[in-house]
Amino acid sequence: MVGVLALQGAFREHIEALNTLGAEAKEIRKLSDLANLDGIILPGGESTVQGKLLRELDMLNPLRDMILSGLPVLATCAGLILLSKTIENDKNRYLATLPVTVKRNAYGRQLGSFITNGKVGDFNNFEMVFIRAPYITEVDNSVDVLSKYDDKITGVRYKNQIALSFHPELSKDTRLHELFLSITK
Amino acid sequence: MDAVKQYELNKGLAQMLKGGVIMDVTTPDQARIAEDAGACAVMALERIPADIRAAGGVSRMSDPKMIKSIQNAVSIPVMAKCRIGHFVEAQILEAIEIDYIDESEVLSPADDLYHINKRDFKVPFVCGARDLGEALRRINEGASMIRTKGEPGTGDVIQAVRHMRKMNAEIRKVVSMREDELFEEAKALAVPYELVLYVHQNGKLPVVNFAAGGVATPADAALMMQLGAEGVFVGSGIFKSGNPAKRARSIVQAVTNYRDAKLIAELSEDLGEAMVGINPDEIKLIMEERGR
Repeated sequence: MVGVLALQGAFREHIEALNTLGAEAKEIRKLSDLANLDGIILPGGESTVQGKLLRELDMLNPLRDMILSGLPVLATCAGLILLSKTIENDKNRYLATLPVTVKRNAYGRQLGSFITNGKVGDFNNFEMVFIRAPYITEVDNSVDVLSKYDDKITGVRYKNQIALSFHPELSKDTRLHELFLSITK
Repeated sequence: MDAVKQYELNKGLAQMLKGGVIMDVTTPDQARIAEDAGACAVMALERIPADIRAAGGVSRMSDPKMIKSIQNAVSIPVMAKCRIGHFVEAQILEAIEIDYIDESEVLSPADDLYHINKRDFKVPFVCGARDLGEALRRINEGASMIRTKGEPGTGDVIQAVRHMRKMNAEIRKVVSMREDELFEEAKALAVPYELVLYVHQNGKLPVVNFAAGGVATPADAALMMQLGAEGVFVGSGIFKSGNPAKRARSIVQAVTNYRDAKLIAELSEDLGEAMVGINPDEIKLIMEERGR
């Protein structure tokens, strides 16, 4: 069973995307929900809220250990910030399992949000929705870059972790969710 | 960016706020307290609704300088209110790059007939609604998020409960209708057929729906979530209480785990004094009736 972190944010949209693909998913709201997962999605939302709740609900360290031992993860927007080892403009660190540096609200406020089309990994013509999005400013050598927009890195893969600045759950395109499901098996 | 994509982005930001608490703040310090407590956004305003009510007179958009000081204090989205129908206040808020405008009945309406044509703006709008018709009319005007009106500044949740129940009952009714009955329903609600069809097919509003008005405790917040709210606005309830930071943090956790009564019991302990509140039946100024 795949889980979607449901502390705050757009978790329902991810569950709907997985259901479209015939996969079941459960909402992860507390520590006991983390048992017996084959994979987890970290959705968009506010990273400050999600990170704080992970800590207060005693889920941060158990989830970090699970990811470090190979639990497949798909992280979008706020999820990318939770995963990043370094956050350029924020003193907080959360799961810190992904060796990249991320910049929060890198495109500015809501008026800087945008939709574009491009290549993500092997997928051509992927609709990418950026909402008050972060981008990645530095990556470790071992990290694969999946996508870029305007020379800035917006998608990466590192072992069991796929992390994106944008929101595939808001487009109708489920190819990245399929990719995630393929590594959960 | 074309208008259709812009609207998708604006609905999308509201989707990212779901499961969260949006808090009214009047100073950068309060904004930081709210962010640290886990607010998913803050509403910047000069006076919280309880004080607007106490002060009386005409209540307007806040000083842009004050709003900017809050934008500089936090990294989460910042919202601000303009008067119903006051599209120049909205233009000003867009010019200072606010993340969301609340065209709000809490301020004195600038127009007793027309709401703002929100389709003219790039910046997103949230609007209050007491029932399905009001919600769909605001959406037709371009709102990308809806909240119940409740009765602001009272600390009494009864109106928010009434509005949420009414809206959901009306949604259930539309879902259960035959398709050939939807045309007449659109006429009765005074909204376009396409929006009624969307509700019929999807069983929900086409945009995110939060609860607002009178939420003062973790239990109030969880009540609204169990009644179907997708998140909660807390106005006067936090900074009119004895221990704002603790109350804010407890309300945030109660919204995430709104079905976990044991946890909410713990969260409700030792919160200090709640805002005193006033009974909406005992007040003269009924804000919820502003803007239909």
